[in-house]
Amino acid sequence: MSVKDIAVPFDHQQSAHCETGVISNLMRFHGLRVSEPMAFGIGSGLFYSHMPFLKMNGIPVTSYRILPGHIFKRFSRNVGVEMKRMSFRDQEEAMRELDKVLDQGLPVGILTSVFYLPYLPKAYRFHFNAHNIVVFGRKGDEYLVSDPVMDGTTTIHRTALVRARFAKGTPNTNGRMYYPVKVPTNADLKQAAAKGLRRVARDMANTPLPMFGSKGIPYLAGKLRKYQEKLGDRRALLYLGNLIRMQEEIGTGGAGFRFMFAAFLQEAATLLDRQELREKAKEMTAIGDQWREFAFEAGRMVKGRSEAGSSFATLADRLDAIGVMEQRFFKDLARTS
Amino acid sequence: MRKEDVPQDDANMLDGKFKVVKYAVNENGDYVVVPSVGWEPENVALEQAWDVVHEHVADARKRVLAGESSTLAYHMEVNMMDPALLSKHVNMPVRVVKKHLHPSEFAALDQTLLQRYADALMITVEELKKLPE
Repeated sequence: MSVKDIAVPFDHQQSAHCETGVISNLMRFHGLRVSEPMAFGIGSGLFYSHMPFLKMNGIPVTSYRILPGHIFKRFSRNVGVEMKRMSFRDQEEAMRELDKVLDQGLPVGILTSVFYLPYLPKAYRFHFNAHNIVVFGRKGDEYLVSDPVMDGTTTIHRTALVRARFAKGTPNTNGRMYYPVKVPTNADLKQAAAKGLRRVARDMANTPLPMFGSKGIPYLAGKLRKYQEKLGDRRALLYLGNLIRMQEEIGTGGAGFRFMFAAFLQEAATLLDRQELREKAKEMTAIGDQWREFAFEAGRMVKGRSEAGSSFATLADRLDAIGVMEQRFFKDLARTS
Repeated sequence: MRKEDVPQDDANMLDGKFKVVKYAVNENGDYVVVPSVGWEPENVALEQAWDVVHEHVADARKRVLAGESSTLAYHMEVNMMDPALLSKHVNMPVRVVKKHLHPSEFAALDQTLLQRYADALMITVEELKKLPE
């Protein structure tokens, strides 16, 4: 057991998404100011994929972002941040190492499962094993926590933290922890933002395989059209509800990260002195609004209160339209970036 | 989405613990973060996901009462696990866990294994052996 209490002076700021929030908060601690949208953009976080072959709880995975953990990796590479990353087999060793780094006065990023975080609202506690938090101190058996999606800091008992750090599933959290060891305070954010932007544009416009990038959207539309006949009403509505959750639930900042990306474009316009990006931000906002319309109509169907004329076919039409908009948007962005 | 359009549809999903933040544009067209207590479609989709969990739990309870499943099956569902996930938590093969979902096999478990299941499901061995209420 650890001995003395410690509280690292950590400035917690609430964010929409856990990974980008942890990046922004940790960087600020180390003297580098990056907003959440800037962290998201530099880390090329935006993406789209619909993978019918990959299921969670029996429902195909749809994602509006790159893989968990990769935003941090790309951000670090583009900015020149050096990270120490560790995972553990032994629970006690994982806690000892956390205590050791805290004792050095450093806040630590921790991978957790939301199911095992008692301070979160019950309704959000599913087995989702890719939630990032920062632990920045210890008081007796309680650890001080900065969970980016919350408006203030909180605490978690040691036993609960161990459980959350060693959750099983996809993926096993394996006691994963990380902290920056070198943060360049004079980092070239301009270059990093330009790089991040280019990568998103390229991946959204050009990734081969039908289920990835902006063409993954019409790909899902095609599937959606057949949901009812293939799955029956009940499962079709479950699939639809899952789409809404992936798009709108805690973490995306609205419209499957599209608004956060638009906010990045706006910041990048000023940073890079490229006014056309401000126009692109407006365009992305309009696309995000279409995603919201989609979720709104889908929500009414799930609730069984849809307007006359609303169906899986009209929802698929909406997706097709969004697909056309995003394909045009990212092709253009890839050409000009 | 404009700042004033950020939905505030409270279905008590956040237990009043905090508000989440969304990105929206203000009157100058600049992006800002805006707190939100929720949005109807999101609430509906979450409720739907919980309905599924509750159905699984209710089904398991029925099966236990009918003598078709062990109480382990019930507590597994309460923890929103399937045999595959539970097997990882107790470090045993899935087929063994599946076997223990049968009442007779479960009744034959020794204290060590019972304790292992109880730990994984965050309850006591006594609780593991019965249905609540």
